[in-house]
Amino acid sequence: MSEVKKITLPLTKELAKTLKAGDRVLLSGTIYTSRDAGHKRMCEALARGEELPFDPTDATIYYVGPTPAKPGQVIGSAGPTTSGRMDAYAPTLMKVGIRGMIGKGARLDEVIEAMKENFGVYFGAIGGAGALLAKCIKSSELIAYEDLQSEALRKLYVEDMPLVVIIDCYGNNLYETGPNEYLKSVESKHINN
Amino acid sequence: MREIQCSKITEVIRKLCIEANEHLPEDVKCAIKTARKEEDGEIAKGILDNIIENYEIADRENVPICQDTGMAVVFMEIGQDVHITGGDLTECVNEGVRQGYTDGYLRKSVVKDPIRRGNTGDNTPAILYTEIVPGEQIKITVGPKGFGSENMSRIMMFKPSAGLEGIKDFIIETVKFAGPNPCPPMVVGVGIGGTFDRCALLAKKALMRPLGSSNKDPFYADLEKELLLKINSLGIGPQGLGGRTTAIGLNIETFPTHIAGMPCAVNINCHVTRHKTEVI
Repeated sequence: MSEVKKITLPLTKELAKTLKAGDRVLLSGTIYTSRDAGHKRMCEALARGEELPFDPTDATIYYVGPTPAKPGQVIGSAGPTTSGRMDAYAPTLMKVGIRGMIGKGARLDEVIEAMKENFGVYFGAIGGAGALLAKCIKSSELIAYEDLQSEALRKLYVEDMPLVVIIDCYGNNLYETGPNEYLKSVESKHINN
Repeated sequence: MREIQCSKITEVIRKLCIEANEHLPEDVKCAIKTARKEEDGEIAKGILDNIIENYEIADRENVPICQDTGMAVVFMEIGQDVHITGGDLTECVNEGVRQGYTDGYLRKSVVKDPIRRGNTGDNTPAILYTEIVPGEQIKITVGPKGFGSENMSRIMMFKPSAGLEGIKDFIIETVKFAGPNPCPPMVVGVGIGGTFDRCALLAKKALMRPLGSSNKDPFYADLEKELLLKINSLGIGPQGLGGRTTAIGLNIETFPTHIAGMPCAVNINCHVTRHKTEVI
């Protein structure tokens, strides 16, 4: 199995090119939270010719709606939500510079094509591990759409966030290769036994 | 006749909402640990270790296991000799959810209208199922249900001629179709029979049954084992990245049905299969 790579944001085109599906990474830097309602609002803003509430150049979005922070906490539990619901918006956001996406679950071919065109990278975080992932989040600042509550846009600073590259900028997809390779390894064990 | 105050029900629901979201049931923990021992995929082992570490943090620090603290599904088995006084039952259940989700720092994930959206701000209303049973007690179960997995659930109204093979294929296909989306390893709740609506409820109830328990009918107990084995040979694995552990449990609940029908519902849950019960 591959070594764990430490990477630091922003996710430049050069950095994106070095990441391959199946790489395990520890990601540090600034990321932005957004999910269903926030994505809809961002794309509506772009359609009206307005700017996004943050600079999208080489930026990374984490698909998450955290629980409210308890007193003394930076943030509540904060695991990924299902990325497929953002498929309708992701290509539009990649066009204005957003390169990284952190979530869980399958993506549509249109999204993968947009990733190939824009050197995008899709990282998987462990779904259902919200208490564990919150430990990597060192600061959280609400920057827009406060009325959306858990779906508001937040700027997070993360350190050593454990992720796996699911789909790389060349279109390789671990959701296809991972299970196939596992089944092959089981088959070869049977043959060798 | 025994009188139970509405305020008591509110208090219990409030507590169960918080506890269910912070502490995974022992049977689910046990199933995850067993799966870890049997797992032979390399990435898969690491993911299962992280999943164990996650519920241990939640236990220790009293924080939600998952940020999707769900819609509050509430089952109440109400003894027919109970008289509920001091308020409206539905409202006192919703008040318990409101207090639990606010005081417990749980996420409010309910929108007012399915099409026009708009968060209700307090995670109400609950999905409430009441059943009248003999006795003078009330059994309350709160099962917070996340939607990453709920969205991958399906129902099919089969012709009886589809037979057992049709049912088996549908269950396996539903799991395959769900793939990485419902945060595998998943728990699969299956309802077979009844009407369209009852069948879906059976699947939901199947998710509340402890993992490792079998259907009382040996025919369905064998089917549960067979399907779980088949699901765990698909290769999907933890988080869909490949491995043995695609599901940590599969429970089937059934009900008589019409001569013309054979409904089957598959309700998918993630490894954070939460439920907490109290009898008052």
